Amino acid sequence: MRAIVRFTAEEARPELEELLQAQGLPKADALAPRLRALVDEAFAAYLELAEPRGVFEDLTAEAFAAVLQPLALEPAALVVGRVYPRANALALYVATLGEAVPARIRALMDDGSLAQGYMLDAVASLGADLLSDLLAERFLDRQPGGGSNGLRALPYSPGYCGWPTTGQRPLFAALRPEEIGVSLNESCLMSPIKSVSGVLVAGAPQAHKFRPDFPFCHQCRTRECGARMASVLSH
Amino acid sequence: MEILERIASALQQGDDQQVATLTAEALAGGMAAGEILQRGLVAGMNVVGEQFKAREIFLPDVLLSARAMYAGLDHLKPHLAREGVSLRGKVVIGSVQGDLHDIGKNLVGIMLKGAGFEVIDLGHDVAPERFVEAAQREKAPLIGLSALLTTTMPRMKDVVSLVRERGLGGSVRVIVGGAPVNADFAREIGADDYACDAATAVERVKALMGVS
Repeated sequence: MRAIVRFTAEEARPELEELLQAQGLPKADALAPRLRALVDEAFAAYLELAEPRGVFEDLTAEAFAAVLQPLALEPAALVVGRVYPRANALALYVATLGEAVPARIRALMDDGSLAQGYMLDAVASLGADLLSDLLAERFLDRQPGGGSNGLRALPYSPGYCGWPTTGQRPLFAALRPEEIGVSLNESCLMSPIKSVSGVLVAGAPQAHKFRPDFPFCHQCRTRECGARMASVLSH
Repeated sequence: MEILERIASALQQGDDQQVATLTAEALAGGMAAGEILQRGLVAGMNVVGEQFKAREIFLPDVLLSARAMYAGLDHLKPHLAREGVSLRGKVVIGSVQGDLHDIGKNLVGIMLKGAGFEVIDLGHDVAPERFVEAAQREKAPLIGLSALLTTTMPRMKDVVSLVRERGLGGSVRVIVGGAPVNADFAREIGADDYACDAATAVERVKALMGVS
C-alpha cells in the first residue's frame, strides 16, 4: 500500500535542546543572548517556510533485495542488508521539507548572513531527519496491532552504514516520489536538498540489532547506531 | 584605543555595522587599506580563530564575525586594488561529488578568507574534473576537499589521482577534511595534508603555501 503524508511544520519541528547539542552549543539557559536570538530566528523561519511531506510504499523482502541488487554489493556487507531479512514489514520512503527552506538558506548565505543561514540549515537538517522518524511511526501504526504489537520501526538511508548514495537510483525508480516533488540528480543528490530517503524496517526490537564491525565502521565518527539500537531495544 | 584595535574588537563582537563604520573612518583618515586589512580585520579574525579552536566561542560566533569582516572588506576592496595589495594566495575548495554537506567546507572558506586568502568555492557535489580545471584556470596551488559521508570519501582519491594524471602533482597540492576523514586516510589516498577542523585547516594551508 502507498501513502502520502503531510505534516505541519510544528509536527516536524526539532527540539531546541537537540539542536543545541548537535551544534555543540551550551544549553538554552546558558546560551548567550546573540546566539539565542539566532536560534529563535531560525526556528521562526523554519515554522514559516517548511512544508513537510513524505511518501512511503510497502514492499516485500524480495522486492527490496531487487532494490539493493544493482549495487553489486553483498547485502550482508551493509547494515540494512543484514537487518531487512529479519523484518516483519518493509516500505521504501522519501520525505522533504520542500523548496522554501533551502531557498531561504541560500538567500541568507548569498546575502552574507552566514550565521543566520547556518542556523536555519542546522534546524532544517534536524527537521529533515525527523521526517524519517515521523514516517516510521506512521508506518508502524499501519502494522497489524498498530504500535502496540511489540514491533519497532526504524529508517535506514543510503549514504549511511555502507549503503552508497547511488542506492537511491533503484530506490527512486521503484518508489517514484514525484507527487511530493522530490527528484534525484546524476550525482544522486535529492532536490529539494532538505529531503531524506530510505527504507522503513518494522520488526521485533532484536531485528534492528547488529554488531558495528563493518569495515566502514572504523571511519565513522558519529557512532549513532548504538543510540538507535538502544532506542528500540530499551522499549 | 587605536582605530585598528577598535576594528579588530568590533569584528570579534560580530558587530558588522561598527566594523564598516570604523573601516570607512580609517580610510577617510588616510590609513592604507592594506594596513587596515592586516592589522584590523585579519588581526581580529586571527583572534576569533584562536578562540574558536580553544572552544571559547562557537561556530555561529565565528560566522557573525565573518559577516563583520566582509562588511569591512567591502569598503577596502577598491582601495586594495589601487594599492596593489594582493591576498596571500588562492585556494580552491568544495565538497566532493555526491556529497551535499557544505557547512564544514563553508567554515573553512570563511576562516581562510579571514586569514587573507582568496577562496574559490565550487560548492557541493563537485566532480573531480571541476576541481582540477578550477585550480588550473585560477592558477591556484591548493585544492581543499571536504566530505561528510563515508560513502563519498572515495571521491577524494579520484581528485588526487586526477591531479597526478594531469601532471600537476608538483604545482597543485590537495588537502582533505571532513567528519569521517583522518590523517591515515589522507596518506592512503596520497593527499598532501589533512585538517581535522577549520582552524587547523588555516594553519595547514599556511604551511603548505609557505606563508606565516
